[in-house]
Amino acid sequence: MILLHINGKTHIVDVSPDIPLLWVLREHLGLLGAKYGCGIAQCGACTVHIDGKARRSCRTPVGDALGKEITTIEGIPDDHPVKMAWIDDDVPQCGYCQPGQIMAATALLKEKPEPTDEDIDIAMAGNLCRCGTYQRIRRSIHRASKMMAEGVKS
Amino acid sequence: MNMIINISRREFIKTGSLIGGGLILGVIPGFNGASGQSSQNFAPNAFIRVGTDDIVTVIVNKSEMGQGVYTSLPMVVADEMEADWSKIRIEPAPVDPAYNHTIWGIQGTGGSTSTWTTWDQLRRAGATARVMLVKAAAGIWGVSPIACRAENGFVFHDETKRQFSYGSLVEKAAQLSPPQDVPLKEPKDYKLIGKPVKRLDTPSKVKGSAVFGIDVKVPGMLTAVVARTPVFGGRVKSISDEKARAMQGVKFIERIPSGIAVIADNFWSAVSGRNALDIKWDEGPLAGFSSMKQRKQYAALSKKTGAVARKDGDPGAALAKAVKKLKAEYEVPYLAHATMEPMNAVVDLREDGCDIWTGTQFQSADRNSAAEILGLKPEQVNLHTTFLGGGFGRRANPYSDFVSEAAHVAKAVRKPVKVMWTREDDTRGGYFRPMWYDRIEAGLDGNGNPTAWRHRIVGQSIIKGTPFEKALIEDGIDETSVEGAKNIPYDIPNVLVELHSPEYPIPVLWWRSVGHSHTAFVVESFMDELAHAAGRDPLEFRRELLNKDPRRRALLELVAQKAGWRDPLPEGRGRGIAIHKSFGSYVAQVAEVSVNKKDGLRVHKVVCAVDCGKIVNPSIIEAQMESGVVFGLSAALFGEITFKKGRVEQGNFNDYKLVRMNHMPLIEVHIMPSEEKHGGIGEPGVPPVAPAVANAVFALTGNRVRRLPIRV
Ligand code: FES
Ligand code: FES
Repeated sequence: MILLHINGKTHIVDVSPDIPLLWVLREHLGLLGAKYGCGIAQCGACTVHIDGKARRSCRTPVGDALGKEITTIEGIPDDHPVKMAWIDDDVPQCGYCQPGQIMAATALLKEKPEPTDEDIDIAMAGNLCRCGTYQRIRRSIHRASKMMAEGVKS
Repeated sequence: MNMIINISRREFIKTGSLIGGGLILGVIPGFNGASGQSSQNFAPNAFIRVGTDDIVTVIVNKSEMGQGVYTSLPMVVADEMEADWSKIRIEPAPVDPAYNHTIWGIQGTGGSTSTWTTWDQLRRAGATARVMLVKAAAGIWGVSPIACRAENGFVFHDETKRQFSYGSLVEKAAQLSPPQDVPLKEPKDYKLIGKPVKRLDTPSKVKGSAVFGIDVKVPGMLTAVVARTPVFGGRVKSISDEKARAMQGVKFIERIPSGIAVIADNFWSAVSGRNALDIKWDEGPLAGFSSMKQRKQYAALSKKTGAVARKDGDPGAALAKAVKKLKAEYEVPYLAHATMEPMNAVVDLREDGCDIWTGTQFQSADRNSAAEILGLKPEQVNLHTTFLGGGFGRRANPYSDFVSEAAHVAKAVRKPVKVMWTREDDTRGGYFRPMWYDRIEAGLDGNGNPTAWRHRIVGQSIIKGTPFEKALIEDGIDETSVEGAKNIPYDIPNVLVELHSPEYPIPVLWWRSVGHSHTAFVVESFMDELAHAAGRDPLEFRRELLNKDPRRRALLELVAQKAGWRDPLPEGRGRGIAIHKSFGSYVAQVAEVSVNKKDGLRVHKVVCAVDCGKIVNPSIIEAQMESGVVFGLSAALFGEITFKKGRVEQGNFNDYKLVRMNHMPLIEVHIMPSEEKHGGIGEPGVPPVAPAVANAVFALTGNRVRRLPIRV
């Protein structure tokens, strides 16, 4: 039995501690926002926050998340500046990578509320988008940063 | 409506693609037959259903794989219908002849055809609904329809200041028979068409609630992975599976045509079970095969005469007389589509029928293949199209590979099953963009004008052996192998284009922009070589050879002007230009690069001009151009599938690299205003990138790039 704190709720799952968190989220808890893209921490589609930091859930044994605060895309409020900016800029194409992109972007903005283009390059380089939405992602991160500075709540 | 009832009876709650304003549909959409008419609905045709709640559901028969069809196609319907855009909802179409591609005659999405092949059909569908709703209102009021007008989801009778919402006219309109001929709007009256309308699928994709094939779950569902031959054309010789069978969660191990399926409670158990299999393979004819060997075979073949795709004048004689002659060989490798969502399909097989959920571009082929495997009639198989986590052609497979395989697994275990491909399975599983080898030569006269052009292409046919063979192969020429090369636009009097289509058991397929993905690279790079040999500016050189093609010339001029082609560049930068027409659209790009020891090749900026004729949604066009540039850039900079000992050497994103945020150039998109027929938009942004970048590398370094990916 493993106790998990996800999006402010507590879940108990009966899985072996070495199973990647991604599959526990998706197959045991029905939290389908985090996606599988590579399984080896190369694409970022599975990104979630663990204690506020962006982490690849495909490479995080669920046992390591024990007692930590996990946030998934479902736990980011709809009125979060990043989600609102993403809608304003119509960022997604196929959409598959977007939950991971949004989780990486929210973690970045928490750490650096006014990121430079270089900060964005570094923080987002682990998140692939085969549809090539990078330019809109960059624009949207800057937009979200502005919204946050102007006091849109997050 | 049976579909919805059936599913809810089985307590299957899955969000249908949730589309628009945050509404969750709660059931996988689907209905029996093409119309879905009922007392609650007015469904004048297969594409529209109006509810008494004023919601207008547009049934979209094209797969949403990022290219925006769940927005652009409803825009066309809604504009003609005078519907209230905020009341529009989407449903993916079930498989039905009513939803067939208007040219292909099967249900499918691809070839950048969605807009232009549905434009008339959807406008008429919308206008028909509008005319019938107006007639219904006029009937109730006892006035002439001419005295009424439709706007934003209402019918008005201005004279008496009366109005009805569309929803309140449902019952009456449903009793009318659809008119034969309907008036269509004048372009000046469009309210949505031509505007940067926001995508209807964005909210669900931002929330994380959009449902892809990989997200579908049905009660009692098992998850399977398949051990496939490591060498194409190989077979299982022997297998020992005791260890795997004993593993926790592993339920079945079954032999299916494509390999050994491990079926388990969940993905992790399935993969662990597969890792524990001990399989001996008979590797077949490709045992020991390598890309090195294949390149040599192609090079040898390129020296022999091929099938003639085009012959103008006498290129041999013209070459002999040329003042300057140029010769080159160009090469591009196999490429994987690498959709972000790996292949998968869910099959729920029952005694009396079957439901399939998958992200596919080829609905009717997939459904029919599954039905045949399962021994069912096609109409007993309900195929539900989910969102596609990328398509790029991979999910339009004439062999229905990932759906057929899932059907085989379901047949073996007689339980609902999801077959998933790992990234490695997906990268190595084939259906690659073919490898190509091109030998090309040209002659210039004393004024530096090209008088002869000879181009010989070597590469596998993607069409041979498919149902498309009749339509696309003529006299031994696969159109898709020579597109973009056979029809070079430049004014050259003597042209010969030849083709060799060697056969290898390596599965190949269309890959975003198909033949153009290699022909544009060869043609536009070699044009650059000719320009330099003639001592001319690459832009001017092209312009002068395009006197008969003013549309292309104008686009070149636009991209040159926007990119500041004639302005000096900062120190250490080089600029390259390319233009290519594909899928009815013209795209010109100027790339700006730098090359140095520390960073290698960097692409700083790509200015892109597109002429795709009339437009539906400029924001989606801009997004598709950016998308195409990034896709093409991944191929130009990194993309390569190679073979060693018969095996694909790459497996995941660590060795099949794609462009990332930190590689991104600034991309500028300029849309040429045009009233010409619609062109495609999903693919045409891809072809010009590689040559624009390669030409920029030459301009900067003097090194000509003749092989992709670019090595500097
Ligand atoms: S699935 Fe975790 S990084 Fe790709
Ligand atoms: S939107 Fe398709 S992979 Fe990013």
